Amino acid sequence: MNDEALQLPAATLARRVGAGDRSSLATTDAAFARSQAVGAGPDGLNIFLGHDREWSRAEAEAIDARVVRGESVGPLAGVPVAVKDNLATVHLPTTCGSRILEGYRSPFEATAVRRLREAGAVVVGKTNMDEFAMGSSTESSAYGPTRNPRAPDRVPGGSSGGSAAAVAAGIVPIALGSETGGSVRQPAAFCGITGIKPTYGRVSRYGLVAYGSSLDHVGVMGRTVDDAALGLQVIAGYDGRDATCLDVPVPDYRSAASSSMAGVVIGRPREYFPASLDPRVREACDAALDALRAAGAEVRDVSLPHTALAIPAYYIVAPAEASSNLARFDGARYGLRLSGEGLRGMYESTRSRGFGAEVTRRILLGTYVLSAGYYDAYYRKAMEVRRLITNDFAAVFGAGVHALVTPTTPTPAFRLGEVSDPYEMYLSDVFTVTANLAGVPAMSVPAGFVDALPIGVQVIAPHFGEHAMLGVAYALERALGVGGAR
Amino acid sequence: MSATRPAPDYELVVGLEVHVQLRTRTKIFCPCPTDFGAPPNANTCPVCLALPGALPVLNAHAVQLAVRTALALECTVHRTSVFARKNYFYPDLPKGYQISQFDQPIATAGRLDIGEAAGGAPRVIGITRAHMEEDAGKSVHDRFPSVTAIDLNRAGTPLVEIVSEPDIRTPAEARAYCGRLKEILEYTGVSDANMEEGSLRVDANVSVRLRGATALGTKTEIKNMNSFSGVERAIAVEFERQCARLEAGEAIVQQTLLWDATRQEVRPARSKEGSHDYRYFPDPDLPPLILDAAFIAHERASLPELPAARRTRMQAQYAVSPYEAGVLTASRALADYFEAVAAALGDGKPAANWIMGEVLAHLNNAGTTIAEFAVPPADLASLLALVRDGTVSNSAAKRIFARMTQGEGAPAAIAEREGLTQVRDDGALVAWVDEVWAAHPDEATRLAAGEKKLLGVLVGAVMKRSGGRADPRRVNQLLAAKLSG
Amino acid sequence: MAVSDEDVRHVAALARLGLEPDRVSQLATELNGILSHMDVLAAVDTSAIDLHERGDGQGMPLRDDGEAQLPLAHGRETFAPASRDGFFLVPRLATHEDASEDA
Repeated sequence: MNDEALQLPAATLARRVGAGDRSSLATTDAAFARSQAVGAGPDGLNIFLGHDREWSRAEAEAIDARVVRGESVGPLAGVPVAVKDNLATVHLPTTCGSRILEGYRSPFEATAVRRLREAGAVVVGKTNMDEFAMGSSTESSAYGPTRNPRAPDRVPGGSSGGSAAAVAAGIVPIALGSETGGSVRQPAAFCGITGIKPTYGRVSRYGLVAYGSSLDHVGVMGRTVDDAALGLQVIAGYDGRDATCLDVPVPDYRSAASSSMAGVVIGRPREYFPASLDPRVREACDAALDALRAAGAEVRDVSLPHTALAIPAYYIVAPAEASSNLARFDGARYGLRLSGEGLRGMYESTRSRGFGAEVTRRILLGTYVLSAGYYDAYYRKAMEVRRLITNDFAAVFGAGVHALVTPTTPTPAFRLGEVSDPYEMYLSDVFTVTANLAGVPAMSVPAGFVDALPIGVQVIAPHFGEHAMLGVAYALERALGVGGAR
Repeated sequence: MSATRPAPDYELVVGLEVHVQLRTRTKIFCPCPTDFGAPPNANTCPVCLALPGALPVLNAHAVQLAVRTALALECTVHRTSVFARKNYFYPDLPKGYQISQFDQPIATAGRLDIGEAAGGAPRVIGITRAHMEEDAGKSVHDRFPSVTAIDLNRAGTPLVEIVSEPDIRTPAEARAYCGRLKEILEYTGVSDANMEEGSLRVDANVSVRLRGATALGTKTEIKNMNSFSGVERAIAVEFERQCARLEAGEAIVQQTLLWDATRQEVRPARSKEGSHDYRYFPDPDLPPLILDAAFIAHERASLPELPAARRTRMQAQYAVSPYEAGVLTASRALADYFEAVAAALGDGKPAANWIMGEVLAHLNNAGTTIAEFAVPPADLASLLALVRDGTVSNSAAKRIFARMTQGEGAPAAIAEREGLTQVRDDGALVAWVDEVWAAHPDEATRLAAGEKKLLGVLVGAVMKRSGGRADPRRVNQLLAAKLSG
Repeated sequence: MAVSDEDVRHVAALARLGLEPDRVSQLATELNGILSHMDVLAAVDTSAIDLHERGDGQGMPLRDDGEAQLPLAHGRETFAPASRDGFFLVPRLATHEDASEDA
């Protein structure tokens, strides 16, 4: 039956669609059926903010028609994908999980989305997210939280919670998310799937609605390491529309599936294994390291001494940039417009009602740390500390370490509504934000379960070291099983 | 000429901030066209509309023109410069911030020679910095009732902001600074630099202090001046106002003032509560701009001869006066034209006279520019050569010139066709002279008796008899010979 | 550095956030809580860091002046809250001056 199509590796599915052995249309229908079956709607898991079944079917039919005509259709032919709602799409709205962009239809498409579609993928929906990507649980979405498909009373993580849930629920094998402080890896860990944050500048940010520009990345989630690697393969590469996108050749990422671990040096940074770490999380991570040893890798104790400064530095830099990036949402040219007294009233009414509490808090914080008298003490200081963190990674990788392995999160998914203190919520990013600050690639691979909830192990590599990173991830998946289910 | 002040102990201190639109085809951070006159918001795209997810990418030509500007103003061009966000809310600023440069601009420490001070010493105004930034859109307040209409066609046009040191001491100097700056911008081809069209905008920072003091007084900023004379006048008015306040024992309030050209007065801009806290920080969407040393060297080497240097050389090379040099270098195109004519003719003086006279008069009447002028320099040189060697008279030359401006071709052919060549053949001339002499016995007698002024009358008669074609100089000589002979 | 209610009002005004007066104190408390965690940064020695120094030295890629305009898949009227004759319309400014001042 076609539902099994959704269980196939994406590469296999695409090959079969391209060969005419499977119909893209039927696969798309299967995705929508699955979505219905798992209760992805607003009353259930609340995964999608936007979808248009007729449009997706038309996209799928076009793929099938090209196959019939003998035209090449690309490495993602017929693969259903989900796209986080902060990536601009032309047909479906782009709301960023916010009221201020309710119903907004972008007149241009994000580069990452365009590349997926040019590779033959069929977008089946835009996924729920923390408002403007500010959050770690998808609870700050203006459209209600998404529930973790593995445990519906729990958060799926955030901010890319909807995309993680779409993959974890078996609706799509590949989904696009975004990361500023861990928002792909953390939900991937909470939902038991793979999530990749590439090197900063590896994937174009054109069309990704900016939150913290120097920290934002388009990321990929996949049911398996191979699915995520394929997604990355398609979207990576230079784009002249993004001045921070670097012109570096894209290797064949999926070939890392056959990388040997013999001679690979894995670093175990002690700061990511604090005494306070849940022993079960530590155990799962150390089991992953054991598996790598068994495969021939050497595991070395290393130190990234400035790790504890990462959250404070992040929560100055990201809100500062956000306060500037979100100034454009003023009711003047697009999105929500509310009225008040005159022009200023329009600005204030629109922004006070259009933005939720977390976004408001971060804009205030960001404006404050940039404001006169505080810039040097806060923003400039945080950027300098950021450089120290970057240097930590450079030092370790420069000393012969090929990749680092750490827990992705300190805990498994928490309950909806459980974490209410903002700073406590921020701390769930403690192991992930360092890679955003330094720009190094990092990914989460399922590593097992704690209290029957998925947890992930994180692999971090040097800049543009995705191939090495994936080599370790493929090896871990071989040892630990897809979804960490050995 | 300084503003007249009864109390001569106050010194005017002025710095000018000039915004220049660069002549690129597309905007600074997106490929929208910069052409003027497009329908509202036709020249917009996701980037300059500040749509969610759009990103800026810098225009290479804008960088080149900015570097050229900085070099022409003798600035130090920095190999590394950084773009920064200037954050504030205004409807014609779609991102809610302007991408500009803050503490690492592309150029610093230049100078502009604005002519000679009293006594002949060169008067040089320092330039603090020049940096790149994007222009804002346009807010139209009176087109529709109770709303402001926003047109973002101009948003994203590349600008260079040039900031002078507070070295300017008189309103006239301010005007001269503007004029010299415009000249350089036009000569280097970086901008149309037209205040009336908005491609050059001037803000003035004005303060006053007791003569001899070194500290600067509180300054006010004057905006909304639309012409160079407006700049001069506004500064003079503000100087008066500040002096009057100080004399009355009142402090100068730091504020922004708008020049009202109709009323010839400055008035405070009804401004926002709260301070200008722009919260500058380096734009994370734009890595630092790193310029190749070879690129900067190439731009420096390709600078055209700048106006001041050109005037000096022209005076030496063509023996034209400073005034003439000034007129002829009003634009680079005009100076090029003059030099082409002078070179072809081998003589600068007649070229200067004719261009300053006939050519400029024609261009003015026809409402065209030297760039559109129908007469190639070689043809004008030919015409002037014909005059020099007496083939045509001066007045005939003017008639030939008129036809040349209509595109009727080379002067010699026109002269031939129209029968405008002077008759120089003595045989014919003597015959006409003899005829006139015989036809005017009374004048002839009186002339021979010493009434020299009648010579002109007889010359005129010969000219008339010859249909204007006799060479008047030769006729003069022949008549004079008759007197003595 | 403690954030006062007045600081919150000032910053909210800069950011055009239009806060309800009764939220101000609560936000001041929240911001103070968050910022207290940032105090640890002040103690860090960053004297060796020069932010002007860029690691990769790649510099900014530039764009050719002759490129074609980026198209819009659907017109401005599809997303503009108020438009007429091609203009975006906003409530008229309190002041009509054209100077670039905060509105």
